[in-house]
Parts: sequence; structure tokens; C-alpha cells
Amino acid sequence: MRLSKAEVEHVAWLARLELSDEEKQRLTGHLNEIMVHFEKLQQLDTNEVAPTSHSIPVQNVYREDVVGQCLSADQALSNAPEARDDYFVVPQVVET
Amino acid sequence: MLKARKVSSVELARAVLERISAVEDKVKAYVTIVGESALEAANAVDEKIARGEEISPLAGIPTAIKDNMCTAGVLTTCSSKILYNYIPPYSATVVKRLIDSGAVVIGKTNLDEFAMGSSTENSAFFATRNPWNLSKVPGGSSGGSAAAVSADEAILALGSDTGGSIRQPASFCGIVGMKPTYGRVSRYGLVAFASSLDQIGPMTKDVTDTAILLNAICGKDPLDSTSVDLPVPDFTKALRNDVKGLKIGVPKEFFAQGVRSEIADAVMKGVELLCSLGADFRELSMPIMEYTLPTYYILAPAEASSNLARYDGVRYGYRSEHSPDVLTMFAKTRQEGFGAEVKQRIMIGTYVLSAGYYDAYYLKAQKVRTLVRQAYDEAFKEFDVLISPTSPTVAFGIGEKVDDPLEMKLADVCTIPINLAGIPAISVPCGFSEGLPIGMQIMGRPFDEETILRVAYTFEQNTEYHTKKPLL
Repeated sequence: MRLSKAEVEHVAWLARLELSDEEKQRLTGHLNEIMVHFEKLQQLDTNEVAPTSHSIPVQNVYREDVVGQCLSADQALSNAPEARDDYFVVPQVVET
Repeated sequence: MLKARKVSSVELARAVLERISAVEDKVKAYVTIVGESALEAANAVDEKIARGEEISPLAGIPTAIKDNMCTAGVLTTCSSKILYNYIPPYSATVVKRLIDSGAVVIGKTNLDEFAMGSSTENSAFFATRNPWNLSKVPGGSSGGSAAAVSADEAILALGSDTGGSIRQPASFCGIVGMKPTYGRVSRYGLVAFASSLDQIGPMTKDVTDTAILLNAICGKDPLDSTSVDLPVPDFTKALRNDVKGLKIGVPKEFFAQGVRSEIADAVMKGVELLCSLGADFRELSMPIMEYTLPTYYILAPAEASSNLARYDGVRYGYRSEHSPDVLTMFAKTRQEGFGAEVKQRIMIGTYVLSAGYYDAYYLKAQKVRTLVRQAYDEAFKEFDVLISPTSPTVAFGIGEKVDDPLEMKLADVCTIPINLAGIPAISVPCGFSEGLPIGMQIMGRPFDEETILRVAYTFEQNTEYHTKKPLL
């Protein structure tokens, strides 16, 4: 199993991660090296095994449906790279 | 001492701040130091004592917080460029609980970026150094917390442990570090790395301090739905110098995979000491352990790639300038903001979760995780605790493993299985090699922190390794 540069570019796009050519090359190498080790798991027969997504059996955690404290608009915006009025500002999305 | 007014909280805070001034240039444990607010908090404790009010055992104690736990009004960077300017408007539940107990927060400690790494060299800001030998790493990712406690730049510290990030640096720096059972401690306000594996825990000079700190941070938190609603015992009551009749299992697989002979010898001497005090030990085999490293390196990046999707430059943190459109802004922000290790893990995680590969990698790893947990359940039917080395080696040199991602990941081979199973484990100092500390790992049944604390305490009471200090 070998990952091509094109596949690495596709995965980077899925992850919304721009990569330089040098990064693409390095990551292709590293990922291929690491993926080889993942193959080891195929030695195990897990057909009858249920997956574990959590180590403790916590299910259906409910609470009363009451409004609690939450951040104010000012607090929520306090770290924004750019904000105006009560909004986060991003580059224009809608074409005019 | 504080209660008896032999020393005031302010004097204690000053002493720690002076120590920081004296050695921080060499150790570089802290990203942020909050001296002024520490002195104010200490003063408030002194006033309480003067009024004759009851104080908790943590009141006035200078404490360091790993810089991936939110602290209201104080920079919380995760040692990442992407959060270089982030000042949270709220505190993590653990931080709130510590402050409510009167603990004095001294500062925020350095880590591998987003807690990804085993040496604290992956910090976007600077590498922390091991107080025992400044040319060595302090371990990671809670290397800043471990170094701060070891160098007396804090009395206590909090770390977080996803694959060994509390225990391995504790081992490298000669202190005590504990990962409680998953769910014991709220993760609210901990910047998420791999949510089903992360757990916050104490890093302290001895086992007694670990029990005291654990008392303060454990318990159900309505803000974290994965925190468990179980009674929290008084962990200090578990501190008994007694292991008579206790059954210790020594899994042989934990002594393979590159464990140095001097480490194995020191740990086995520790087991023998416990046996001379009345415990019994037997070797056992847990063959599934051979598969835990690939399992972890599929699951942790998968969860990380999802958790790190929130860093897009919109609501907080770094934003790339001059982006013509939103998608370019996301991609450039993430390119410029994340370091190499984080990018690598995002890529692995995105790949193993992507269509066509999910079953072969992610689902497969989830199934192997079940087998790991089953192996522990089986072992704990017979044994009260399991003992192993914490790390296969002592602290390695700064820069030594940076270019070899697989070699670096082997540093966590003894600690990773615990996170996959969610069980508790502690690392205590058990010897030295080449002047560097060795750690012994004691693992226990889920939610039975008390037994591992008792074993650790008994070991500590009958040895002197924890009393040794680095010369700085």
C-alpha cells in the first residue's frame, strides 16, 4: 500500500490544509512509513469483536432542560481576529 | 505549615517565584508566568488564615497548569502558533476547582504543540530542558509541568495524558505522575487532542501530594458529559504503608520492545521490594500489547483531525492575512499556524477516516481497542495491580529523535495501552541510570486509584528515590 503525492494532496484538501511542495514530499514519505506499521493490525481476526469508541460505558447523559449561563456576545468575540458589531468577519463569501 | 503560620502563603509564592527567576533561563518550563496574580491569590489565603477560617490542604500552594487547560483571562496557547494570542473567557473545570480550593496558580507550562509529542521539543515556542541534565529532554507532552515540579519552580502541577503525556515526563524528571481512570476528571476546558483518550492528572513531588491534588480535581462535572457520576473517595486515606497479600502481575510484553536492561532491572528490583513487604508477584503474558502502538496511532490522530477542525482563523487564534476567499483563509491559516507534527497527525487522521479506508484502519483499531480492554479485564481478575517500566529508556538527548518519527513514538510504548483501556496508572521514581531518573508504572482496575496509590505510597515509604533532587 503506497500513498501517492496526489492522494496526499487530496487528503490535505479534505483536512483544509495547504501544504508546500517540500511538506507534501516529506509527508508522503512519513505517511507511507507509518501506514506500513498500521498493516500489522490485519494479522488479528476481529470479525467477532465489537468496536470500542469509549472506554467507559456512559450512555444517554441527560440534564434538566433549563437555560444556564453562557458567554456574552462580547466574550465570544473577544478573541476574534476580526469582528464587527456582533459578528465574526471573514472574507467575502457571496459574489456580488 | 501554612496553617501553623510557620510560613505564609505569600512567602511561599515569593520563594517559588524567586526560584523561577533563578533557574527558568536554563529549564524553560513556563510559557506564561502570572507572578502578580499569584501573590494576590496567596495574600487572600493568608487573610483567610488570619481570620481563622478553615482552609483546604491545597490553599496557598503554588501550582503550575499545563498550557492546554483554559485559564480565564490568562493566555492559553497549547504551545501552538495557531493559539498564540488566545485568552479564554472561562476556566477549565479543573482550574476552577483548584482556584476554589485556594491553590495559587503560578503560570502555564510548556508542552508539545497540542500535546502531540514525547519530548516537549514540538512546542512552537521553545524546548523545555530536563532539570537533571539540561542537554536531555524532559519528556512530553507535559514536559513543562514535569520540569517545573522537578526544578522546584512549582510545588504541584497539572498535566494531561493522552498516550502517556503525564507518566512519561514524570518518569524522565524523577517525579510522581498519575493518569486517573478515564472519566474521573472533567475535561471541560482542556483543549481537546483525542477526546476518548485524554485525561487530566496530577504531577507532584510525592504520592501524598498526588492524593491531595486528586481529591480536588475528581468528580462529576455537568459540563463534561463523559465525566462519571461515581462517589469520589478521600484518596489520602488510601496512603497506607501496607501491601500484604496484594497480587502483583508483571506483564512480560512491557519488558520487550526496546526496554533497556537497566530500566527492567530497576523496575524488577522495585517489584521484589514490594514482595519483601508482603506482596506476591507473578509474570503474565498479554500478547495483544504488541498491537497497541499502531492502534493508538490510528485512533489518536483520527480524533485529533476532527478536534482540530475548529482552528480555522474565524473565531480565535491566528489568521492568515491576504486571503481572497474563506476556503483559502482556512487552508492558509492552518498551514501557517500548525507545526509539522500536528500537520502529520491531521493528515493521518483524515486519511484513516476517509471513505474507503475507514473500515480497514479506524474501525479495525476500534476493535483492537476492545481486545486491549479485555486483556486488562482478564488480568485484573487475578491481579490487584500490574507493574511495568514507565518508559523503555531514560530521558534522551534534545534533538536526538526529532527526525525519526517512529523512534520517538516508541517512547510511549509502555504508557499507551493504559489510555486505550481507560484504566488508571501512576509513575513513581524507582532508580537512576547515568544520573537520570527511572520510572515504575503501576496500573490498576478502572476506578480503583486507591490500590495503586497504596502500592505507590508503600514503595515510596521504603525507598529514597523521590527525595533526590537535580542540581541546578
